[in-house]
Amino acid sequence: MDSFKMDSFKNLIDLIKRIIPKIRFILIQNRAGKTRLAKWYMQFDDDEKQKLIEEVHAVVTVRDAKHTNFVEFRNFKIIYRRYAGLYFCICVDVTDNNLAYLEGIHNFVEVLNEYFHNVCELDLVFNFYKVYTVVDEMFLAGEIRETSQTKVLKQLLMLQSLE
Amino acid sequence: MPAVSKGDGMRGLAVFISDIRNCKSKEAEIKRINKELANIRSKFKGDKALDGYSKKKYVCKLLFIFLLGHDIDFGHMEAVNLLSSNKYTEKQIGYLFISVLVNSNSELIRLINNAIKNDLSSRNPTFMCLALHCIANVGSREMAEAFASEIPRILVAGDTMDSVKQSAALCLLRLYKTSPDLVLMGEWTSRVVHLLNDQHMGVVTAAISLITCLSQKNPDEFKTCVSLAVSRLSRIVSSASTDLQDYTYYFVPAPWLSCKLLRLLQCYPPPEDGAVKGRLVECLETILNKAQEPPKSKKVQHSNAKNAILFEAISLIIHYDSEPNLLVRACNQLGQFLQHRETNLRYLALESMCTLASSEFSHEAVKTHIETVINALKTERDVSVRQRAADLLYAMCDRSNAKQIVAEMLSYLETADYSIREEMVLKVAILAEKYAVDYSWYVDTILNLIRIAGDYVSEEVWYRVIQIVINRDDVQGYAAKTVFEALQAPACHENMVKVGGYILGEFGNLIAGDPRSSPLVQFNLLHSKFHLCSVPTRALLLSAYIKFINLFPETKATIQEVLRCDSQIRNSDVELQQRAVEYLKLSSIASTDVLATVLEEMPPFPERESSILAKLKKKKGPGAVSVTELEDNKREGGELNGGGERGPDTSAMAASNASTPSPSADLLGIRSAVPVGAAPASAGSLLVDVFSEAGPAAVSAAVNDDGFLSSAPPSEDPAAPLPEADELLNKFVCKNNGVLFENQLLQIGIKSEYRQNLGRMYLFYGNKTSVQFASFTTTVSCPGELQSHILSESQSVCAQVDPPGGLHNHTQVDRSQVH
Repeated sequence: MDSFKMDSFKNLIDLIKRIIPKIRFILIQNRAGKTRLAKWYMQFDDDEKQKLIEEVHAVVTVRDAKHTNFVEFRNFKIIYRRYAGLYFCICVDVTDNNLAYLEGIHNFVEVLNEYFHNVCELDLVFNFYKVYTVVDEMFLAGEIRETSQTKVLKQLLMLQSLE
Repeated sequence: MPAVSKGDGMRGLAVFISDIRNCKSKEAEIKRINKELANIRSKFKGDKALDGYSKKKYVCKLLFIFLLGHDIDFGHMEAVNLLSSNKYTEKQIGYLFISVLVNSNSELIRLINNAIKNDLSSRNPTFMCLALHCIANVGSREMAEAFASEIPRILVAGDTMDSVKQSAALCLLRLYKTSPDLVLMGEWTSRVVHLLNDQHMGVVTAAISLITCLSQKNPDEFKTCVSLAVSRLSRIVSSASTDLQDYTYYFVPAPWLSCKLLRLLQCYPPPEDGAVKGRLVECLETILNKAQEPPKSKKVQHSNAKNAILFEAISLIIHYDSEPNLLVRACNQLGQFLQHRETNLRYLALESMCTLASSEFSHEAVKTHIETVINALKTERDVSVRQRAADLLYAMCDRSNAKQIVAEMLSYLETADYSIREEMVLKVAILAEKYAVDYSWYVDTILNLIRIAGDYVSEEVWYRVIQIVINRDDVQGYAAKTVFEALQAPACHENMVKVGGYILGEFGNLIAGDPRSSPLVQFNLLHSKFHLCSVPTRALLLSAYIKFINLFPETKATIQEVLRCDSQIRNSDVELQQRAVEYLKLSSIASTDVLATVLEEMPPFPERESSILAKLKKKKGPGAVSVTELEDNKREGGELNGGGERGPDTSAMAASNASTPSPSADLLGIRSAVPVGAAPASAGSLLVDVFSEAGPAAVSAAVNDDGFLSSAPPSEDPAAPLPEADELLNKFVCKNNGVLFENQLLQIGIKSEYRQNLGRMYLFYGNKTSVQFASFTTTVSCPGELQSHILSESQSVCAQVDPPGGLHNHTQVDRSQVH
């Protein structure tokens, strides 16, 4: 009975890995818990989304410099980093590469910084619809899409010039 | 308010956002929002057709309001209209709205799909990307149906722009994940694989994700990607820092791409082609070498990017588990990280080393770091790092260091986070049992566990220590003595009382000679805890008391006094009352012989699988297989309770040992007819490889009350029924359930129930071989006279019967007697 269960567990894990995107969601939240960006790569109900947002906020804001930038969260993990008053969080699978996503966040932040000329929280508020464009250039379908800052910025500037 | 960028100002939106931010209260905000909603509603309904700019602005406002957390029930139509604009900014808002507020109205879906279709065929890369991103973000079944065949074509077409290819690859990935049946790769496979050679690194980055996912489902079809991935990786790793300009990040060439390539390679075994393999090993060695070189930059981004590749490379090395040199080097590198000043790296090193610990090539190398890991356990300030250290200690534990590790884990337990205590307790219990040479150490350890973390010591753990004490004569006296001393503590955990009560009840006589632990002293000690305990514990204590009466007749009067009092025989709990009344009576009327027989010492427990492992597994989740079980497969396990050797390897066990797991054990719960004297090779192995990947789990088969599949000595002719076959049939005279037939290949069991003239039989077919039965059919027939007496219908059985560990087949036969 038990080895059958084991096989079906493993099949289930394989199945999950195949159908679930690597990145479950990306969140940018401020210290007070206001969400500045929520990009979901998986289907969640609105209440589930709200709950996740609150939980992530709770988990991430109690950590400080002595902690790692990775937190196990439910049955996945959050890779996060704080930039001034904003927490950038990426939720990935427990087997994913922590440092790769940590630098993925940083890469994204550097692009935002360049695009909005020393980005601040208000830029993300007033230009929220553009932030989605930046996200979609660099991440898509729960995967990393483009990593070259040069290429991303070039594309964003081109789009900026369109009517 | 910050300056909005030129191009699509949307001043109205900026003003609105400012207004909201300036609201002093929630009510004010809601008021402002409702005002705006009314305004937008009227604009949308108005006679005047809105121009594109205004529509865009209002749809954007609606989106903003939605993102604030308010429900929006209109605007979808307008958003969909925006899709047909030929202005990028308008399209973009339209697509954004429908991606965030997904609507399942079929008319809207049709319109959206139309718009997407137009954009996909527009040959405008910006519009094509918008459409592809929308599909990737929404990924609905309807979109899959409409576009699953179109996207691969776009992906591999020669004239598709690079950025469109990137989006198409990931869009296809999304569709494949949500609707795999609609994405037929067939003709596109080789061209998709070939994208690994694209000169645009972004295209490669995106394509790899697609290929990795597809290859997990169809490894053979995509296996050509391995050599391409290796050459790509090789080129990146050996590139000078001036190549790959756009993709160099803080002096690290294409870190994310490298990680993805390494991850793709982990989907496959090591390359068979010698040249490819050689190149890959060279790559891995280069990566390991680079970790030793002085860094090109002091920035943490540089080291993180470099180390991201390093850790992924180490994962690959561990996955292959075939290059001892690389494994040892990886271990040494991780060893250095164990003392790095950055917490992230220490954490990752501990985590990675855990997997290394299970490889026979690197197990010894891992062990050399034990002091550092113990130190981490004691001094790390982040609890998740301490936890990794604990995991690593568990993984590296073997006979040589078990005592040390268990001691460290016990002292860690004293201050551990509550959330991890239960898991720690299970692990300590497992290690103590597995590596116990001296069982008094095992008893001490478990009792310590109860003392330190009694609340988290689950039943499985303390049942186990009792089972082991009962089964091992040599430790019974020690257990009695130790438990007696432990109970002296002024405040001892209830689990300790349970264990103490049971053990003293069974073996109190072994220490009764010493006046300090005379029978009355023992009884008083136990009874002093009685009133502090919960009902189940009290019930256990009452049983211990009657055992005392048997063991120590001189205590009879005292104990009967206790049993007789109202708080026992009139106890409001039925179980306690019943026990008190019955034990009292038993002690009064039974002769000493009868009493001695009834309260005879517990016989040894049958060898069976440890439920502790199962519990640990459930706690950690299916993915985290305990490292110790993996070890069991590869190395000789320790001696376990009751002795008995493990089979040298599981394949040998499968061949020589006809015992198989009992998947239907719980289902039928019958007693099997067990052949005496046949000692299967795997008896005695308590920490059984329930989770063994290779062959059947070695389950005790000597005596298995619940067992359905029984062991049998191998016979020459696999098809011949076992000698016990007749016996098997005979028992059905008085039983409805049992093994009906068995030979070396197959076991058939039956479970039946009857009521008046109706009967139902379940026939279970167990495959005892290690290969699957295909085209398996069964027929049920009523020969001769029976045909007229019995009307039967049978349901057919599945054509495949998997080997043990797989699904078990059964067929259901309904019979009714005509007269």
